[in-house]
Amino acid sequence: MSEKVLMKGNEALAEAAIQAGCRHFFGYPITPQTELAAYMSKRMPKIGGVYLQAESEVAAINMVLGASAAGVRAMTSSSSPGISLKSEGISYLAGSDLPCLIINIQRGGPGLGGIQPSQADYWQATKATGHGDFQILVFAPSTVQEMVDLVAGAFDKADKYRMPAMILADGMLGQMMEPVAIGEADVKLPEKEWATSGHKGKRKHNVINSLYIDPNVLENIVVERYKKYETIEATEQMSESYLTEDADIVLVAYGASSRIARSAVNSARELGIKAGLIRPISLWPFPKDVVAKAGDTAKQILTVEMSMGQMVDDVRLAVNGKCPVSFFGRTGGIIPTPAEVLEEIKKLAGGAV
Amino acid sequence: MAVVFEKTKGLTDAPLHYCPGCTHGIVHRLVAEVMEELGVLDKAVGVAPVGCAVFNYDYFSCDMVQAPHGRAQAVATGIKRAVPENVVFSYQGDGDLAAIGTAETVHAATRGENITVIFINNAIYGMTGGQMAPTSLPNQITQTTPYGRDTNYAGYPIRVCEMLSTLDGVALAQRVSVDTPKNVMNAKKAIKKAFENQIAGKGYSIVEVLSTCPTNWGLTPTEALTWLRDNMIPYYPLGVYKDKEDVK
Repeated sequence: MSEKVLMKGNEALAEAAIQAGCRHFFGYPITPQTELAAYMSKRMPKIGGVYLQAESEVAAINMVLGASAAGVRAMTSSSSPGISLKSEGISYLAGSDLPCLIINIQRGGPGLGGIQPSQADYWQATKATGHGDFQILVFAPSTVQEMVDLVAGAFDKADKYRMPAMILADGMLGQMMEPVAIGEADVKLPEKEWATSGHKGKRKHNVINSLYIDPNVLENIVVERYKKYETIEATEQMSESYLTEDADIVLVAYGASSRIARSAVNSARELGIKAGLIRPISLWPFPKDVVAKAGDTAKQILTVEMSMGQMVDDVRLAVNGKCPVSFFGRTGGIIPTPAEVLEEIKKLAGGAV
Repeated sequence: MAVVFEKTKGLTDAPLHYCPGCTHGIVHRLVAEVMEELGVLDKAVGVAPVGCAVFNYDYFSCDMVQAPHGRAQAVATGIKRAVPENVVFSYQGDGDLAAIGTAETVHAATRGENITVIFINNAIYGMTGGQMAPTSLPNQITQTTPYGRDTNYAGYPIRVCEMLSTLDGVALAQRVSVDTPKNVMNAKKAIKKAFENQIAGKGYSIVEVLSTCPTNWGLTPTEALTWLRDNMIPYYPLGVYKDKEDVK
């Protein structure tokens, strides 16, 4: 285990990506992901890597597409408005079965919105990162250490399933400093026999493509891709459960808001309210099995988000009416306080305390 | 019997889908022959555009990537930066390169991205059925300029080679045509130079090829060649607009 150092979330993400074997970063400046790209611009030239500042988010994601097609581990990072611009490229990456890592350090929206932390891109990340039938892998860290720990796995799963992966964090996690250990990973990058990096006279040409003019062919390809998604949904759900076993009120929160929800759960326990927390780590696949199980035992489920209520849809689908699901959130860059969340828990507990 | 001519190994056996009289086929052949002559087919990676040439990923025998509309040079940048030993080219039409992909074009050029760009200028959107292109001529009738391109209203055509020639990152910007055998030979020389520049690490090279679209121009193949000569070449003069070798 390597020594702990104090790092900003954004910088920790960048170093973790380097440790995971990524040597190709393409980006465009935007707040609050700034330090990530700056870190890459400093480190990449020293280790024979590529940091390239593109002319736009659109260009950056397409550079990622090209680099991924050529078979290397490639990534980009941005914040909410920039991810909207990347959505075209993400759809093409998914339609071309190309792996990559996209980091979204979320800020308030819509439009230019603000630059303070937000979780209002949940729907975009998990439901509609671009046009067409497709999914991407989405992981939501809640600490700087977890930002590090999820990166290598995100790259590996992107390679394994040949699809884009996203780390969905926010301005709070990106900007905060925490002690973190970044292990030097023993990286074994997989052979990519599908890559377009020259046939070297040894095989027929490889083609990376998302166009299928015959609807029957396109339908078959999409259906095959969805079989892969089914496997992922069955095997890759990730979550952490905290004090849920005997909980009457189960909170569901991810990322930054899960830290606040956890504090509120602790305070509620001190008041004698049996509260617990499910913290989704993978947002797609959503940990619906764990949430569904909570629906069997809890009296109330409360989703806490830094948005007007997005993940709560997935919670309701998983709970499927087995118990009431309510929502509390702040948005626009406002971080809910533990006291506000505790108040919601107390309301659900029926004013008994 | 001695073989005196063979189809280039740079093309697959897939039949081309292009309309009769379209010059894409000629340019495909020139690009493929050049890559074969330079011995780079085994490490070449092409980027197909969105537009009529999108299916060229089936025609070129080297590795191919199909890019989103206008993004071919960003994709080519990613490929080249990932594996610099690859010989990377994009093949794009006027809508792809000079309208939706203008930013990607200008910035790949100004970065001096060490890639080769083949630019087909036929003054119209072909695949979508003949709309006004960024290079449609003043007064040209298209599906979306049914009364002719009114420059007061729809603006002026872009002269891409002239525009890019101002950028320091550009090693070669040359406009050619494939309307006559002589011009075809000149076009091949230019394309060869654009690939040689990349192999020598000289930076961004673009060859603009004036091309025909008889279907959407509403002309026969021979009329289309005459129209190109009479209308396009005067507005888009052939020649070398930037050659770094001349600058020194």
